[in-house]
Amino acid sequence: MSTGVFGSSLSASGLWKQFDHVTVLEELNLQVKPGEFIAIVGKSGCGKSTLLRLVAGLDEPTDGTLLLDGKMIQGLDPDTRVLFQDARLLPWKKVIDNVRIGVRGGNPDDAAAALRMVGLEDKAHVWPSTLSGGQRQRVALARALAGNPRLLLLDEPLGALDALTRIDMQDLIERLWQKQRFSVILVTHDVSEAVALADRVVLMKEGAIALDVAITLPRPREKDSGFAYFEQLILDRVMERSSQSDRAARRQTSYSI
Amino acid sequence: MQRIRLDSMLRRWQTRSWIAWIMPITLLILWQILGQLGWISTRILPTPIAVIEALITLVSNGMLFDYIGTSTGRALIGFAIGGSIGFSLGLLNGMIPLAEKLTDTSIQMVRNIPHLALIPLVILWFGIDEAAKLFLVALGVAFPIYLNTFHGIRSVDPSLIEMGKVYGLRGWALFRNIILPGALPSILVGVRFALGTMWITLIVAETISADSGIGYMAMNAREFMQMDVVVLSILLYALLGKLSDSIAKWCERLFLQWHPNYGKGQQTGKKGVTSS
Repeated sequence: MSTGVFGSSLSASGLWKQFDHVTVLEELNLQVKPGEFIAIVGKSGCGKSTLLRLVAGLDEPTDGTLLLDGKMIQGLDPDTRVLFQDARLLPWKKVIDNVRIGVRGGNPDDAAAALRMVGLEDKAHVWPSTLSGGQRQRVALARALAGNPRLLLLDEPLGALDALTRIDMQDLIERLWQKQRFSVILVTHDVSEAVALADRVVLMKEGAIALDVAITLPRPREKDSGFAYFEQLILDRVMERSSQSDRAARRQTSYSI
Repeated sequence: MQRIRLDSMLRRWQTRSWIAWIMPITLLILWQILGQLGWISTRILPTPIAVIEALITLVSNGMLFDYIGTSTGRALIGFAIGGSIGFSLGLLNGMIPLAEKLTDTSIQMVRNIPHLALIPLVILWFGIDEAAKLFLVALGVAFPIYLNTFHGIRSVDPSLIEMGKVYGLRGWALFRNIILPGALPSILVGVRFALGTMWITLIVAETISADSGIGYMAMNAREFMQMDVVVLSILLYALLGKLSDSIAKWCERLFLQWHPNYGKGQQTGKKGVTSS
């Protein structure tokens, strides 16, 4: 499937993070292989966004090691890009100039190419305030990818979009990931989104990893019984429902008959 | 039907700029008529035509443009000095919390002294020289610009600054691309306030102590009971004030094109207001 590995590898071991005596991450261990697409799901306040900020170099861990390609993360890495929940476009720059911020060296042709990648080349010279929410997020994606990052961190990037725009964006992210083979960590609370996109779904609970499942479904994924199985499996663990496994199993048999 | 036609007519009227002038022109005409009928004594208020005659005399002997030039020169130099001081202090205190802690209390105390109350002191310091007027104008201009620059920098969206850092913007690049443009709407509000203060200060300073300028012209005319010249001076201040406000507005429209509340044309402006 992959044509040469381009993405970064990430390794977190014994990671702790405390804010004023409140422990947010506790002994967290996580491995990401180069080019892998990981989704982190969990309820609000489980520490998933904190983990992402540590990986991005926006915060420092209290204890433990966090290695990016075998090197300690110290501050922001130019090969790591973050896509936030809000697009965070600069309203005083035209769309193309917003994308140029992500281009190393600021070449306008590279910015135009990135914009073409997300299908917004005709909006290059408009102000961001005239774009729809989905278009803004696509511009932000173009800006993140314009610098050819090796690790893309997605912090609930589709949370504020409507359902149809969201499906569009998911397809776009998957397509670009398959083409460029960067590593992705997607933080989301939408289990279905995690199952649709990720190679592995990691469930976080109270600052640690509670579940780590490889999604073995072929791509492009369809919402068939296998999809429903994984979705139910993860959702049950998120919601801490009892008799999860046998109910999920029942579901699966009833669907596959 | 009638209602709808009237509505659309009113809407078309609103987009015309001359509509702003209906009120002042009506008042002028009324004033002339009342003056001619003798209802308003010309010793209290000369008629508009008398004021226009005074204007023509002063233009033809060249004094008017001399005085306008002198006053405008003072206004601009004072504005430049006070504006740069206010802007620099605003930047410094907005960017560096330690600088704010050190200087903000003192600045706030000085700011709360009405700067025109310093006139006796200023006359003792500088006499009735140019320096006195420039000092007062600079002092009046510095504070609105300081406050709005400071506020503008502090209210730049922190998430945009974080985004800039993720993309490796640091130091000057971060300032030029994110902090300054983010603070600009607020800074321009400060400029508009400051322009108002600039004229008020200058009027007062020139009426109290000067040997040239529009304020001097008014005070001189008062001594000779030249009511028409007095009224003309007041009108000149109004026009100059309006002119500088228009320039400030034009700057806003030029620099804040991206902003949905400014930008080009009425339509986008309206949209911005309702959506926010």
